[in-house]
Amino acid sequence: MRSLKSAILSAAFALGLAGAAQASEAVHIPKQEWSHSGVFGTIDKASAQRGFQIFKEVCATCHSAKLVPIRTLSGIGFSEDELKAIAAGYEVQAGPNDAGEMFMRPGIPADRFPSPFPNDNAARAANNGALPPDLSLIAKARVGGEDYLYAFLTGFEENPPEGVTLMPGMNYNKVFPGHQVGMPNILMPDGVSFADGTPATVQQQAHDISTFLTFIAEPHMDARKQMGVKVILFLIVLAGLMYATKRKLWSTLH
Amino acid sequence: MAQAHAPQFKNPVVKWIDSRLPIFTMLDHEYNQYPMPRNVNYLWAFGAIAGIMLVIMIATGLVLAMQYAANTHIAFESVERIMRDVNYGWLLRYVHANGASMFFIAVYIHMFRGLYYGSYKAPREILWILGVLILLAMMATAFMGYVLPWGQMSFWGATVITNLFSAFPLVGDPIVTWLWGGFSVDNPTLNRFFALHFLLPFVLLGLVVLHTAALHVSGSNNPLGIDPKGPQDTVPFNPYVTVKDGFAVVVFLIFYAAFVFFAPNYLGHPDNYIPANPLVTPAHIVPEWYFLPFYAILRAIPDKLGGVLAMFGAIAVLAALPWLDTSKVRSCKFRPIYRQFFWILAIDALVLGYAGAMPAEGVWLLVARIGTAYYFFHFLILLPLLGKLERPLPLPASICEPVLKGGGRVAAGAHAKPMEKA
Repeated sequence: MRSLKSAILSAAFALGLAGAAQASEAVHIPKQEWSHSGVFGTIDKASAQRGFQIFKEVCATCHSAKLVPIRTLSGIGFSEDELKAIAAGYEVQAGPNDAGEMFMRPGIPADRFPSPFPNDNAARAANNGALPPDLSLIAKARVGGEDYLYAFLTGFEENPPEGVTLMPGMNYNKVFPGHQVGMPNILMPDGVSFADGTPATVQQQAHDISTFLTFIAEPHMDARKQMGVKVILFLIVLAGLMYATKRKLWSTLH
Repeated sequence: MAQAHAPQFKNPVVKWIDSRLPIFTMLDHEYNQYPMPRNVNYLWAFGAIAGIMLVIMIATGLVLAMQYAANTHIAFESVERIMRDVNYGWLLRYVHANGASMFFIAVYIHMFRGLYYGSYKAPREILWILGVLILLAMMATAFMGYVLPWGQMSFWGATVITNLFSAFPLVGDPIVTWLWGGFSVDNPTLNRFFALHFLLPFVLLGLVVLHTAALHVSGSNNPLGIDPKGPQDTVPFNPYVTVKDGFAVVVFLIFYAAFVFFAPNYLGHPDNYIPANPLVTPAHIVPEWYFLPFYAILRAIPDKLGGVLAMFGAIAVLAALPWLDTSKVRSCKFRPIYRQFFWILAIDALVLGYAGAMPAEGVWLLVARIGTAYYFFHFLILLPLLGKLERPLPLPASICEPVLKGGGRVAAGAHAKPMEKA
């Protein structure tokens, strides 16, 4: 599967399309093993569910995912009742009511994830001037995708290399452009305790949250690839029939 | 070329309509009996492929336009609604977004085929110029389409490209303000770009109709670049070429589907999944891959106005090509020297494309400058001289001669005299 993808990519490269691959960053981002990579890969639902737990307990204190409806999580194996329970755990602003006032109500699956801050300025004010980016599309909005997310989350260093002076309130990260980032090293060993008993190492957490963020950035990815396999198989058969027809027809010319 | 006989329609309704509006006779003449040189190769299918791409783009674009909202506050979110909530919206959007790239791939191959086989030479000059206009309309459409998702590259790409017009003295700044509908790229800009992005494909369609009409006057060129001498040199378009083009279209669709389903964002830029922010400039502003050679030419010239003129000149020079190439021989097959320079030009275009993706500094700037100089040298100096200096190889007497190696049966339905041995 990887080889098919790399064949496509190298064909694209040969066509001179490589320009779309952006100017190279100096930092090397190692490739990780993902169950969803490749033509037949699908999202690891258990991993994505653990990732959701990390999102809820850790990331969402500062980061929003405001483009994602809660019902999207049915794609990683939550039942309707579980979704209702998850949604009801959030307070959502609604209204105005008959008195013209906004009010809070428990969430429903059709709601989008509520944001931790009412607006960007409030988010900056609470985070030392830095704006925690929305996570809805983060896996598609960074060069390297989920590999970058993993490298970023595991790339914090307590003491910056010699000669690097951090600005106040900043943290050193190996892969972040410029290496100084407002976000602290947030993933701690056993910082969360997984219900399925998976040991919560930093690597495991980084893997799970990256899987979850990949899922919410592209909730239809599994369906897309499965359709793609059928479409391409169909087209190959059709091409064979077309070629046979063409051969037969043109052979009458000679 | 018009040995075509009037068709006899059996269906009385068709007959009735045709005697009042001979649309069926026209279709029969242009798409059924239309004589194609029998030696055309698969490169000739890229015209049909480009046509199919235009249809796919208009069809998917129409449905996307029903869901999209051209307002800076909600444009980005409306695209995400298409991706997440609209039934098969992700499919429509990826087919459309990758379709733009596929359209350009088809058209660029189509153009290089024309360059190789001299398809722009008399009597096909207007056909070729219409093709250059199609390329311009495609570029404008694709540029404005890329602005619509209102991501970071949308916004900054629009800012860079519209600012190019400010290079013109005196009228430059008023033109830019007029294009923007304000004093920066903002809501009025997005709104009008959406209107124009919807309009231009139909202008494109009109140009394609004219392009095809002009083609059907002179007839298709072929790999030998010599005119068909009679029916023995041609086959009726249907079924011979419809089936051949059909096969090529399906193979192209496999390539297209591989991108749509397995690497839908490979040809895009990750920054366009970040909502537009006028206060944050991306580290590298890069246009879509199909603009990169022109972007390299733009940045190769140290002067802003010079760069803009060179970029537009790179396309204008194509329109003048029928008169710049002084050789009477069409096909590269019989032009041994030009053939080598053709491939150098093709490599030059790829090198320019690569340089366009790199930061305009150091070695890449030098590469872009050499590439730009060579591009204009090829068209403005080499081609006029080469036509005079080069000694072409002897042309075959007819298309049939090398194809059939002296005689053979001809297409059923084509009334031909028996071939003489060459």
